[in-house]
Amino acid sequence: MLWTSFDTWIVVLGALSAMACALLGNFLVLRRMSMMGDAISHAVLPGLAVAFLVTDSRASLPMFVGAVIVGIITALLVQFLSRFGKVDEGASMGVVFTTLFALGLILIRRAADQVDLDVNCVLYGDLNYAAAAMVRIGPFRVPEAAVILGIVLTINLLFVVLFFKELRISSFDPELATTQGFNAGALHYVLMTLVAVTAVASFDVIGNILVVAMMVAPAAAAHLLTDRLGSMVVVSLIIAAISAAIGHVGATIVPQYLGFSGTSSAGAMAAATGLIFIAAVLFGPRRGVTSRMWHRLQLSLRIAQEDLLSGLYRQEERGVAKVPASGAPSLTQWLVRRRLLQQEAIERVDGHFALTPRGRKVASRLLRSHRLWETYLVDQAALRADQTHKTAEQLEHLTDAALQQRLALDIATPTHDPQGKMIPPE
Amino acid sequence: MMQSPSPTSSTVADSDSDKPVAPAHAAPVETTPATGDEHSFDAPLSIHDMTVAYHRKPVLWDVDLDLPEGRLIAIVGPNGAGKSTLIKAVLDLVPMVSGRVLVYGKPYRRQRALVGYVPQRESVDWDFPVSALDVVTMGSYRKIGWLRPVTRKWRDLAMESLHRVGMADYAHRQISQLSGGQQQRVFLARALVQQARIYFMDEPFAGVDAATEKMIIRTLQDLRNQGQTVVVVHHDLQTVPEYFDHVILLNMRVVAHGPVKSVFTAENLQKTYGGRLTLLDEAAEALRRAGGK
Repeated sequence: MLWTSFDTWIVVLGALSAMACALLGNFLVLRRMSMMGDAISHAVLPGLAVAFLVTDSRASLPMFVGAVIVGIITALLVQFLSRFGKVDEGASMGVVFTTLFALGLILIRRAADQVDLDVNCVLYGDLNYAAAAMVRIGPFRVPEAAVILGIVLTINLLFVVLFFKELRISSFDPELATTQGFNAGALHYVLMTLVAVTAVASFDVIGNILVVAMMVAPAAAAHLLTDRLGSMVVVSLIIAAISAAIGHVGATIVPQYLGFSGTSSAGAMAAATGLIFIAAVLFGPRRGVTSRMWHRLQLSLRIAQEDLLSGLYRQEERGVAKVPASGAPSLTQWLVRRRLLQQEAIERVDGHFALTPRGRKVASRLLRSHRLWETYLVDQAALRADQTHKTAEQLEHLTDAALQQRLALDIATPTHDPQGKMIPPE
Repeated sequence: MMQSPSPTSSTVADSDSDKPVAPAHAAPVETTPATGDEHSFDAPLSIHDMTVAYHRKPVLWDVDLDLPEGRLIAIVGPNGAGKSTLIKAVLDLVPMVSGRVLVYGKPYRRQRALVGYVPQRESVDWDFPVSALDVVTMGSYRKIGWLRPVTRKWRDLAMESLHRVGMADYAHRQISQLSGGQQQRVFLARALVQQARIYFMDEPFAGVDAATEKMIIRTLQDLRNQGQTVVVVHHDLQTVPEYFDHVILLNMRVVAHGPVKSVFTAENLQKTYGGRLTLLDEAAEALRRAGGK
């Protein structure tokens, strides 16, 4: 299938609205009020309906104003309910937006006899229509929706850039912000107003569902991938734009190669941002699941290496100098031996493994920690000598030089452990 | 503006001697009253008839307080006594039902520059994507002003403050990577850049290690020695006589307040904690026995 300018406009429209939503989403996510985007974008429905019934037209401006007003009322109601009704904020959002949305549905039903104000359009948007409805701007013909969304995105960008410092302090520590003379409440309502404006401008293009997805998922993913507010905001914008592109490609081109007809682009965009979020959960550099698993694996390998070294050292003490290198090792054993051979901590001597001088140094340090701990546990924690081995076995891997020194100072006999074995000197 | 020499501040003064850090009486000129004499009679904080209620249930009743200048002052009392609420009401963070609060003789709203605040550590989200330095810089936001960017100058000031609490090496760490004690030090550094004349701190010793506790109390004593007033919500009754000059015993009302020597008595504590103190004593005794020492 050919990529036409129509496809480009669909991606541009999706990206513009996704970025406008994601930008504000950062501050919703950080304030732990992600659902506020959900609440406001649903609750604007009665505003649209009332504006339509009052002005009796589908002109954009009155509808827009009506929806934004109801959006702000939603934010106020949520605040009011949770503060004075002693209801949890999530519950209060749930009650407010479902009630308002239902009210909107009833109103639209009443109005539907006269004109087509379509509820489906509210939920899913109509990217194809929006990308086709062109207006002329100077020498260019661009979709009207692109102009509107461009303006909304610019307003949101200006808001975030100009008030970056204020948003940061009032999101992190609203009380400090207030004592510093920054009215955190006022900023909250400006943010909510922009959320309402963005939701209204976006939903007949990409639909309510995608608005909600884009207000939460890109920011939540960016939060996992970054550790500064500035980079979080930038990354969330990139994720939003990429999701729009992947979504449209995934919805139109890929299915055709597989012999299916294309599917909803907006839906695929929401799915794409969800997948990116899951990828961030799995592969995030610090907090990601795989990186934590990797670190744990590294740690257990290190412990296995150290155990092999100290085992060899103990055998040397007893006069049995080697571990046979024959037989089939387990995967861990194989890995451990390979790494130690590479580090030249052990060597192969006629079919056996033996410590090199370098390996012996590491092993004696480990044994020293181990036996210092055994002594310490008997001296200071009143454990019996035969109870200490297991604990010391764990602690030896976590003991650095400084801790070792302090241990040696704290025990009475820093030369021999409770079983009378020699504690290797430093 | 010279600093009084003290062990912790001298390192900062050395590194950048022409930039005063938390100097005594750093109050901007415009906030000092027109008649210079008058202000010496105004207490750093005076509270008249303060009553605070949550959902119509009173939390604080008829609080009347005049705090002396240049003292380390502890607020102690049982859980639910309204200790944090007292601070928050003073700072306009919770509404008062009635009462009046004056900071150096004027309403708090006109004296924000003179007041520093350290909230409880748990009150914020430590996963927030900011560095220790970012957090300390927030203490200067009022001075930077609306819409103005955070410039080098303010970051340098924050860096000096981190240095003062021994956290300079951690300036660029994301705050979730800090231990509880380190997080509390960052909060203290943030209060220091505010260069206030009266500080309110909500449990700065909660969940910190012994070294940090010592460091914090030393810093607070430095502030006191420079003439600042420091009000601390405190939990550990044992350390009150050692750490503080003044004490406010609070249990919905002010039970007693004044110099530790005269006010911090068994009788007053009994009044503040009611029957609960004996239980506390028993618990402390049990803890000592369990510790084996």
